[in-house]
This record gives sequence, C-alpha cells and structure tokens, in this order.
Amino acid sequence: MNDKIKIIAGLAIFVLIFTCPFWINGGKAKDVPKPVLSEKALAAKTCVLPKDEMAKNHMQLLDGWRNSVVRNEQRVYIIKDANGIEKEYDMSLSNTCLACHTNKAEFCDKCHEYASVNPYCWDCHVDPNVKEASL
Amino acid sequence: MSLNIIMSLVAVVVLGAIAFVGGSVPGLQSVFGIWIPYAAVAVFFLGFAYRIFKWAKSPVPFRIPTTCGQQKSLSWIKQNKIDNPSSTKAVILRMFFEIVTFRSLFRNTKSEIKGDRISYEWEIWLWLAALAFHYSFLAVLFRHLRFFLEPVPYCVKIVETLDSFFQVGLPVVFASGIVLFAAVLYLFARRVMIPQVKYISLIADYFPLFLILGIAGTGLYMRYFLRVDIVAIKTLTMGLVTLKPLIPANVSSMLFVHLFLISTLLVYFPFSKLMHMGGVFLSPTRNMANNSRMKRHINPWNPDLEFVTYEKYENDFREKMIEAGLPVEKES
Ligand code: HEC
Ligand code: HEC
Ligand code: HEC
Repeated sequence: MNDKIKIIAGLAIFVLIFTCPFWINGGKAKDVPKPVLSEKALAAKTCVLPKDEMAKNHMQLLDGWRNSVVRNEQRVYIIKDANGIEKEYDMSLSNTCLACHTNKAEFCDKCHEYASVNPYCWDCHVDPNVKEASL
Repeated sequence: MSLNIIMSLVAVVVLGAIAFVGGSVPGLQSVFGIWIPYAAVAVFFLGFAYRIFKWAKSPVPFRIPTTCGQQKSLSWIKQNKIDNPSSTKAVILRMFFEIVTFRSLFRNTKSEIKGDRISYEWEIWLWLAALAFHYSFLAVLFRHLRFFLEPVPYCVKIVETLDSFFQVGLPVVFASGIVLFAAVLYLFARRVMIPQVKYISLIADYFPLFLILGIAGTGLYMRYFLRVDIVAIKTLTMGLVTLKPLIPANVSSMLFVHLFLISTLLVYFPFSKLMHMGGVFLSPTRNMANNSRMKRHINPWNPDLEFVTYEKYENDFREKMIEAGLPVEKES
C-alpha cells in the first residue's frame, strides 16, 4: 500500500517534468519574430546572398569569411547577384554586415533570442553602431 | 549479417522514407507534423503509466536484493552499506548511484577461454559508452527545450554554452550530438563484433539502436549540412505545445523524418526494453533493504489459519494413527 503511493507520486513527477512545455507556456505562443530591416538595408534592397539562403546559411557564410580572412588573408568576397552583376564585399562582420544591418538589436538579436542562439562573436567584435564609450 | 540486423535497418529506413514522402506532400504535412506526434505523445504517457501500474501490482512479498558486499553483521565487521543496504537511507543512496552512475554495469566482466581455462576480465567500455550515450542523450533532449519554450529559460542557455565549449565551426558544434551519435555507433558495433553478444541480439536490440541512430543522424544532418529554417521549425513546435498546431511554410521534409522517427520511438518506448527508464526504479533486486535477519517479513496473502500443536493433532487423529500402525506419543 505504502509503495503504491510512492509509485504514483513518482509517476506524477515524471509526467509533470516531461510535459513541462505544455504547461510552462500556458498555451500561449509569442509572435514569431519579424526582423526589422534598417533604412540602409532597405535602400540596398538585397543581401549578400538571396534572402532565403541568408536566413538559413548566414552563419556558414560568416564562417567562410572568417576563415578566409584569418587564415588566408583574403578580404574580398566577389559574388554575382540575381542580375548577374558582380558585387564586391569586404569580408567583415562589423564593417559589412553591421554597416548595412545597422540595427543589430532589432535584426540579428530578434531571431537569435527566439531561436536561443548566443553568438560568442561579440566577445571580441564590436557593433560599430553602438557609440557608447566602454572601458 | 544476420537477418535481425537487416530487418531492423530496413524497418527504420522504410519509416524514414514514408515520412520523407509524406513530408513532401503539403496535404500530408499536418498528419506527420501534428497528428502523429500528438498521438505518439499520448501513447507514450498512457503506455508508460500502464506498464508502471502493472509492475506496481506485482507482489514482492520477500526481500530479494542482489547484494554485492558484506551485509550488516556484528559490530566489528564492516558493512558495505551501499552494496548491501540495510536501511531505507542506504537503499536511496544505492538507487541514486545505480541510476546516476550505472554502478552495476560498472562491474561488467567479459569471459574468455585462455589456454585450457576460462578467465574473467573487467570490461569497462560498455559502462563508459552507456554513460556517454545516456548523458549526451539527456543533454540533447534538454537542449531541445529551446524549441518548446518561449522565452527560452536561462538553464537551457547555460547547457548550450557548456555544450558548445569548444567553439568549433558555425553553427557552433554541440559536443553532445556528436557524442550521442558516436556512442550509439559503438553500442551497435559491440553487438556485431562480440560473437556471444551477437548471438543473443534480437530485433528488439537492433531496432532501437537504428531508430536512435536515425533520429540523431537526421538531427545532425539538418543542423550542420542541410541547414533548415530554425525560426519556421520553432513556429511549428511552439504550435504543438500551445495546442494551436500549424504548419508554417519553409519546413524541410527532413524535419518530418526526424519527427516521425521520434514519434515511432515514443510509441515503441513503453512496450520495449527501453522501459528500463521506469523499470530501474521498481527493480526489487535494487530497491529493497537486505534486512531479512532483522525484520520478519510475513507474506501478506498467507491464509489466516488456526495454529495447531502436535498434541492437538495427535488427539484428533490418535485412533486412525494407531490403526495405521504409526507411532504415537500417548496411547490414549
Ligand atoms: C548591402 C546591405 C547588406 C549587407 C552588407 C548585408 N545584408 Fe543582410 N540583408 C540585407 C537586405 C536588404 C535583406 C533583406 C533581403 C530581402 O528581403 O530580400 C537582408 C537579409 C538578411 C537576412 C535574412 C533576414 C530574414 O528576414 O530572413 C539575414 C539573416 C542577413 N541579412 C544577415 C546578414 C549577414 C550575416 C551579413 C554579413 C555577412 C549581411 N546580412 C550583410 C542587406 C544587407
Ligand atoms: C577571441 C576573439 C574573437 C572572437 C570570439 C571572434 N572573433 Fe572574429 N576575429 C577576431 C580577430 C582578432 C579577427 C582578425 C581581425 C582582422 O584581421 O581584421 C577576426 C576576424 C573575423 C572576420 C573577418 C574580419 C572582420 O573584420 O570581420 C570575421 C568575418 C569574423 N572574425 C567573424 C567572427 C564570428 C562570426 C565570430 C562568432 C562566431 C567571431 N568572429 C568571433 C577575433 C574574434
Ligand atoms: C531570420 C532570423 C535571423 C536573423 C535576421 C539573423 N540570424 Fe543569425 N542565426 C539565426 C538562427 C536560427 C541561428 C541558429 C541556427 C542553428 O541553431 O542551427 C543563427 C546563428 C547565427 C550564428 C551562429 C551562432 C552559433 O553559436 O551557432 C551567427 C554567428 C549569427 N547567427 C550571426 C548573425 C548576425 C551577425 C546577424 C545580423 C546581421 C544575424 N545572425 C541575423 C537566425 C537569424
């Protein structure tokens, strides 16, 4: 008898833990984040790669850029855009991505918070649009 | 290759293929992305509870712990309290270390015929692989909370940070995923390469291995190679857990393979050896104190019979006993 109570308690704890997403969210899903394009980006109209590819692969692009700069001293990225025109980019996180996406908090971080990604890049790299005097 | 391996592999591949085709057909996406996962979760919990209640009903009248050390004895003989517990506190310790560190598996030995005699040797690799497998699986499972909670709690982020400690590549490599995949591969290789283990391996052993391999494989493939739209996927998973299911555009069919294999695992779980997750808590050979010499354990369903002395017995049957020529203590 005594054991039955313990077993039922254990089972209840198990079910409670494993169903936590159902009750912690309280049945309410927050709106899907819509990254806001900065005015500069809006003026430029296109990203380095087509939008769909950027959304999925921008970290791999950045990885390629990083390796190219740090290992091979290659800083220029040349790519043909949708109209077949060659474009040149300086392979730089702060000076290219964030020069166009000047609103990191409204753009990069919107998605990243939702997807729970915390790029460690900002340990070293700066957001040039933030003019706070640190140090 | 044995038929058991081939059949299990074919089963997992066919399941994956079904989901891949289903996930590519827009009309079927809600079946594979919503209804099958919901049904699988329901079967998992109901099946789990059913198995636990079935075990809870099984009578365990006597103390049957497997003891692996000196039992409680005279005061000057040292008791091995964890391996031969005599109190509830020690049993809790024993269970804790069994569940958290797999102590009984640590004692795993292998037997070999060397020359003309058999030799037993301590074999640590199964224990190590089992630890690696279970803990990396736990870490992977826990990290998946990022798809099911909004906002994502801090503890999930801590685990992500620790898991990506080596900061390899982008998206950053999570060690747990790689360890999980490697550990399952080892557990499979072990089954195939040790002849004795291969001989006793059944479909019920290979199928869950391939299933987990498929789940981990599709996950790794989506994260590091295929690259899928994480925001769309989180929209789908959040819809599931807030009971407002929806299928966003841009969801890769590989996700449906991942989800369908997980649903299969959830349905298969309560009715297979995987139930050791709940069963370990209810193993009478682990969760009982060895106190038979201190406490009298009476079988609770013994019939309530009147106690009869030999004297009364002889009084009742004396004449018949004398007739049959049996010795009696008193002649009349
Ligand atoms: C010249 C300006 C410019 C530069 C430089 C640039 N972007 Fe973009 N980016 C845009 C524009 C414009 C869009 C929206 C494209 C569209 O809507 O078709 C965009 C879209 C994106 C998206 C997809 C957003 C979504 O809603 O799905 C991501 C992610 C992104 N950019 C990341 C980056 C990263 C990382 C870099 C640096 C490697 C970078 N961008 C460099 C202008 C730029
Ligand atoms: C430990 C500090 C550190 C961290 C963390 C770090 N970087 Fe860098 N990164 C550097 C240094 C130093 C350079 C070289 C700068 C140069 O030569 O212009 C560099 C260069 C780069 C470059 C090319 C040059 C430029 O101007 O951007 C890219 C792209 C880049 N890193 C991306 C990343 C990304 C993405 C992350 C996060 C995933 C990251 N880095 C994290 C230190 C760091
Ligand atoms: C459309 C949403 C979106 C936008 C906008 C976006 N990201 Fe991301 N980013 C993601 C997602 C999702 C991941 C994680 C992918 C995963 O976990 O597989 C990610 C991952 C990354 C990573 C790898 C981090 C890691 O630890 O793996 C870096 C670096 C990164 N993003 C940089 C940027 C920068 C810089 C910008 C702004 C210029 C940006 N992202 C804008 C969605 C976005």
